[in-house]
Amino acid sequence: MEAVYEKYFRDNLPHIWCPGCGNGIVMSALARALDKLNYPQDDVLLISGIGCSSRMSGYMDLNTVHTAHGRALAFATGAKVCEPRLKVFVVMGDGDAAAIGGNHFIHACRRNIDMTAIVINNSIYGMTGGQFSPLTPTGKRATTAPYGSIDRAFNLVDLAKGAGATYVARGDVFHAAQLTSLIVEASRHKGFAVVEAVATCPISYGRYNNIPEPADMLFWLRDNTVTVQQAAKMSEDELKDKIIIGKHFETQAVEYCEEMARLLAKEKAGDNNEI
Amino acid sequence: MPANKQLRENIRLMQGNEACALGAIKAGASFFGGYPITPSTEIAEYIAREFPRLGRYFMQMEDEIASIGAMIGASMVGHKAFTATSGPGFSLMQELVGYAAVAEIPLVIINVMRFGPSTGLPTMPQSGDIMQARWGTHGDHSIIALSPSSVQEAYYTTIRAFNLAEQYRTPVIVLLDEKIGHLREGFDISQDPEPEIINRSDFVDQAALAQGGKYLPFANTPDGVPPMIPLGQGQRYHFTGLTHNQAGFYTSDAQQVETFIHRLCHKIEDHVAEIAELEQLQCADADCVILAYGAVARSAQEAMDDLRQAGHKVGLLRLKTIWPFPAAQIREICAGKKMVLMPEMNMGQLAVEAKAALSGSGVAFHSLNQVNGRLITPAVIKQALLENQAKLIGGAC
Amino acid sequence: MKYEVRFSGTGGQGIIRCAVLLAEAALYDGYFAAQSQVYGPESRGGSSQGEVVIKDTPIYYPKVKVPDVLLCLSQEAYNKYAPDIAADGLLICDSDFVQPDGREGETVRVCRLPMLEVARDELKNELSANVLALGVLVGLTDVVSDAAVHKALANNFNSKLLPLNLQAYQRGFQMARGQADK
Repeated sequence: MEAVYEKYFRDNLPHIWCPGCGNGIVMSALARALDKLNYPQDDVLLISGIGCSSRMSGYMDLNTVHTAHGRALAFATGAKVCEPRLKVFVVMGDGDAAAIGGNHFIHACRRNIDMTAIVINNSIYGMTGGQFSPLTPTGKRATTAPYGSIDRAFNLVDLAKGAGATYVARGDVFHAAQLTSLIVEASRHKGFAVVEAVATCPISYGRYNNIPEPADMLFWLRDNTVTVQQAAKMSEDELKDKIIIGKHFETQAVEYCEEMARLLAKEKAGDNNEI
Repeated sequence: MPANKQLRENIRLMQGNEACALGAIKAGASFFGGYPITPSTEIAEYIAREFPRLGRYFMQMEDEIASIGAMIGASMVGHKAFTATSGPGFSLMQELVGYAAVAEIPLVIINVMRFGPSTGLPTMPQSGDIMQARWGTHGDHSIIALSPSSVQEAYYTTIRAFNLAEQYRTPVIVLLDEKIGHLREGFDISQDPEPEIINRSDFVDQAALAQGGKYLPFANTPDGVPPMIPLGQGQRYHFTGLTHNQAGFYTSDAQQVETFIHRLCHKIEDHVAEIAELEQLQCADADCVILAYGAVARSAQEAMDDLRQAGHKVGLLRLKTIWPFPAAQIREICAGKKMVLMPEMNMGQLAVEAKAALSGSGVAFHSLNQVNGRLITPAVIKQALLENQAKLIGGAC
Repeated sequence: MKYEVRFSGTGGQGIIRCAVLLAEAALYDGYFAAQSQVYGPESRGGSSQGEVVIKDTPIYYPKVKVPDVLLCLSQEAYNKYAPDIAADGLLICDSDFVQPDGREGETVRVCRLPMLEVARDELKNELSANVLALGVLVGLTDVVSDAAVHKALANNFNSKLLPLNLQAYQRGFQMARGQADK
């Protein structure tokens, strides 16, 4: 692991994350995944949104872009279309991807553009101090839901699948090795791959929802996650409030950059820009 | 009409929007990310048809925010990116215009201005985005905005917009009046078929880099513009919208922040003389100068011709560049004149700047504003000039 | 020389195309030309207006001020635009669809021809009425050369549609000349 740190991290740590934050676990899973994938670092583009998790781009020794809130996928789309050779990873938070960036998220799924979107879901806006997001479960407390959220939450897996993503998985920061494998698999998949990484935010989520200790949050994850295989054998009642982890969905479909290349090859009339 | 007249070659009837699209192609644009909006849509349609044949990338995005986001991504990896939009779409883009200014991303926004605010009159003209182009995003930065007055000029202005974006690492906005965007007139580029094309790579010292020089993507260079090497070409660095140091990483250090914001402003404002283009018509002996831009400048030119024929010493100073505002040049050209009249299809957006430029110069300044969705006519300009001239002590122009 | 033309009718009649063709022909003849229009939100129906300014010197203000020629293919267009026409101007209108009521003024020359009917019944294509109307306009005014119009038509229509439009143009031109002889 020491070698992985040496290779994939810049010399600007420590990071800004609180003690007990799950973001570091996701970042190390990504670093291990990159190590397994063995892409040249010069060919990897890591694009992030805005929020705690999105600071990740600043720490990793790759081509990195810290964009604007919700817009990471829009930036990534333009870059990937123009330079399809680049391996693109997009890191977003739950509010980032599913609220302000929700439109870009569903359209990136629809286009099936070849990249890996990692949505770190800690069920809260952490950087701004604990407001509820579209992935905060109904009834959970936040600074803007002091009596419990009355909003229904998205199921990001269903959203991604419904919008056309061709690889959809969910991991969590208790099962870090599995998360690494899912990221590897997602990157190898040709098309738009979504990995929801359920993460812990003891400061801004746990404290308001009776799990203030970082270790307790990890145990809570351990006790409330079930695998896709286990879930298949469970009833709806048994699955209530459970987090289903593993690969949920994979299919093959026309990938956007390949379709673009086909269009260009078909229409190309030589480099004739005379007017 | 003679029966066997020789027909003119080298001339095409072309729409202003089409001329912008052709200019972008000539300038080397290779990515378009856009969202349909009247009255700019002909540009997207033209590019959608031509780009695939040229091996370049056209994308219709899910909204204008995605459009500019994708453009920034494309530009970061080395492509000349542009879009075409109009007021409401331009408003949606503003946050990322600020991002592009701070991350110093070359890109071109062709804003075919329509009547606003809000949905306004989608097919009718207003020079309503003059201030939005300058101050639409939060915080301090400078920007470049150009304003063509004819179809042919729309073509060369678009090329120049790309050149300036590459040279100054900045978003450049082409503020095209709807009246020019939808106007069709003769287009003949036989006089200048191969205009200069500037690329960001022209400013990168490859030799120094080859000798192991460290690349600082946001270096405090003497001219204020750090050379840009695209991402994915071996220099692994970081872009952020956070205030950053010369290497590109977040900093809140007072000294570095101050230096950075000054550089963002000065890299453009210090080069006004090179960036700003003004056209003087019969200004030398004029007592009164009409200061105008865009489509209104055409009405002003006709008004000037008519007034000259009637013996009035009137000139026209036409701004081809809106931002950075060439205050010093305007002040110099107008020095000693009796009056400046500034007609605008808005409530006086740029007049604020012009008035400030002329304050204390002894030149009387009058603003003529029309906000009815119609191009100001020469007759209205003539009348305003004659009325204001009559009020002047010391008599006629 | 300055010549201002306004084409008007119903959306979908090809009014703007008509204006484009005239402007293009004027350029080929060596004139300056500016073509513009007023759009409504409709693609079909609603009123449509296209205009052309032709000059032998550069055109600054690009819009029509006082049209020398007004072509009307609908009553609504006539009602709206006829009062604007120059005192010594020419009004061309469809004889079946427009009933002039004199609002154009007594000194205006009026030419009424069954343009839509001829397009529909003789040319078997009502959509060619715009080009037929252009033929009428050129036949009555000689504002652009026949060769220039032919070049503009060839540039605007593909080989499948060109023969019909050439025919429509020539038919309109003949109708105008017949009218002029009367």
